[in-house]
Amino acid sequence: MGRFILRRLVSTTFLILGVVLMTFALARLLPGDPARLIAGARADADAVAAVRERLGLDDPIFTQFVTYIGNVLEGDFGRSVITRRPISEDILTFFPATLELVIFAALISLVLGTALGVVAAVRAGRPSDVGVRTVAVTGLSVPDFWLALIFQLLFFATWGLLPFGGRLGTGVTPPDFVTGFMTLDSLLAGRFDLFVQALRHMILPVVVLSIPSMAITTRIVRTTMLETLSQDYVRTARAKGVSPFRLYTRHALRNALLPIVTIFGLNTGLLISGAVFIELIYDWPGLGRYTANAIAGSDYNAIMAITLVVAIAYTLINFLVDLSYALLDPRVKLA
Amino acid sequence: MTPATGISAPDTPLGKLRHIWTFATSSGQAILAVGIVGFILIVSVLSFAAFMADTYITSFDPLKMDIRARLEPPGAEHWMGTDKIGRDMLARVVAGSWISLSVSFAVLIVAAIVGTTAGLIAGYVGGIVDEIIMRITDLFLAFPALILAAAIAASFGGGMIPTTIALAAVFWPWYARLIRSRVISLKEEEFIASSRCLGSSHRQIIFHSLLPMVWPLVIVQATTDVGFVILAASGLSFLGLGAQPPTPEWGAMIFDSLTHQPASWWLAVFPGGAIALVAVGFNLLGDALRDHLDPSLGAADAGV
Repeated sequence: MGRFILRRLVSTTFLILGVVLMTFALARLLPGDPARLIAGARADADAVAAVRERLGLDDPIFTQFVTYIGNVLEGDFGRSVITRRPISEDILTFFPATLELVIFAALISLVLGTALGVVAAVRAGRPSDVGVRTVAVTGLSVPDFWLALIFQLLFFATWGLLPFGGRLGTGVTPPDFVTGFMTLDSLLAGRFDLFVQALRHMILPVVVLSIPSMAITTRIVRTTMLETLSQDYVRTARAKGVSPFRLYTRHALRNALLPIVTIFGLNTGLLISGAVFIELIYDWPGLGRYTANAIAGSDYNAIMAITLVVAIAYTLINFLVDLSYALLDPRVKLA
Repeated sequence: MTPATGISAPDTPLGKLRHIWTFATSSGQAILAVGIVGFILIVSVLSFAAFMADTYITSFDPLKMDIRARLEPPGAEHWMGTDKIGRDMLARVVAGSWISLSVSFAVLIVAAIVGTTAGLIAGYVGGIVDEIIMRITDLFLAFPALILAAAIAASFGGGMIPTTIALAAVFWPWYARLIRSRVISLKEEEFIASSRCLGSSHRQIIFHSLLPMVWPLVIVQATTDVGFVILAASGLSFLGLGAQPPTPEWGAMIFDSLTHQPASWWLAVFPGGAIALVAVGFNLLGDALRDHLDPSLGAADAGV
């Protein structure tokens, strides 16, 4: 197991290096003059040359890459042309809001997706199975930015049940910043009213964000459960009188754990992507809305920095997923 | 076993037609899927023909403005209402179908050709070549799909062709992996060894023995992927990276509608509904094809 972890660690390190190289290539090798982009469209030739000089864009490409890695290691991604602040500061500011959203959505899609998948597998072919599968296919097919908007039109504009967006009502003073999670911070401040408000603001974004990954989890769990339920050992267990509940949870679901964990890792990618749209619609002050604004405002430095940071985080999550294999399945050793 | 070759259709045109008919009526899901996809294809072909021939019926021109009829709700004259400059929404939604479908097909053709080639080479040659190709796919899959696509499209400055390239870059690794794993198991089978003994070149084996056996997998995967590509492409357009105005692209139309909400709900409801309909249709079709070609597979790797 030690060797398994070591090997994964080495390959993950190389992968992250590759990610850095690829982001660098995207930023430097594609058409468009980065100096012109940073100096702005109305800058004269001298100003562009000055930026070029300052950023070392005339250096050999290899020297530029080394400088780039150095900057990345120092957390220096340059300044955002929109917020006029260092991008690394922006990322730290906006990150907790997104993390709060993603964690809630990941938990919901994991728990509900697994439950629905088990129900569909146990009742395969019956109306409840058909119902769950229909919902899953629909959940995979509906664009999330559209669903977010429709829910906003219904729950806010038409019925007035839930707030329009944001993390708290307008003009409400947020609790002191401790964790950056509005729900936790309001509880820590002893403000139960704010906690309820924060939860109400989270309902729509979290629900919409969790739908695609919930649909995928449901389908994977259903398929894996169906496979395990047809195995000999399950039949043996059934024959010796194991109760159905115990059979489904202890025997069958346990073998579906590995695919569930894999899909959980992949789903985080989906959640990060989804946050870009959902935060834009619900005016959620997180990294997703920041990214959407960066794209709309052609803030290339910010786009590339986020791409890099998000890809590294995603790679690390999948590294952890790989490690959990070794814990969950004793057969995974030196693979 | 080589279940995926169950597709071998009789060679006569009539036999092929009968084969498609057998599939299209094989299950309730297949009927629904073929119905939805057939409807979408007909609408988009007609709309493309009208665009090329430039013979829109006056009230059905997706670009024709009518300032007196701004933001009209759905009614007898404009079934889906009109937008902020009085363009007919039904005409725009219909015109959007061939834009979305052609982008999606272009993306998948590029992704499938690149991915299948890479997968065939990696699986057949093996060794260091396999290692290199697979590490490249790892690299592309190390980014959350939409983030990578957005970064690539943004690097090129946005637009339809950059979007197509960006999405192909996101989708090809899945084809490479799928084909590689199939080729690795096929390679061990006797017919490959015997055709080697009979003096076939590597190229002949790849193109005449392996390719015909893996392409049904590619077709099934690509059918399912049409929906995902349309979702992703409309997402990029929603962010302002894909189609540029006045192109009637569904994602861009939904973004344009944001400033008119909640009053003008029809500006968002219909384009989004169209995206969902196309995605549902192709998802169901992909699943039905998979079941039809190889019932034992079930929906084993669907959804990813």
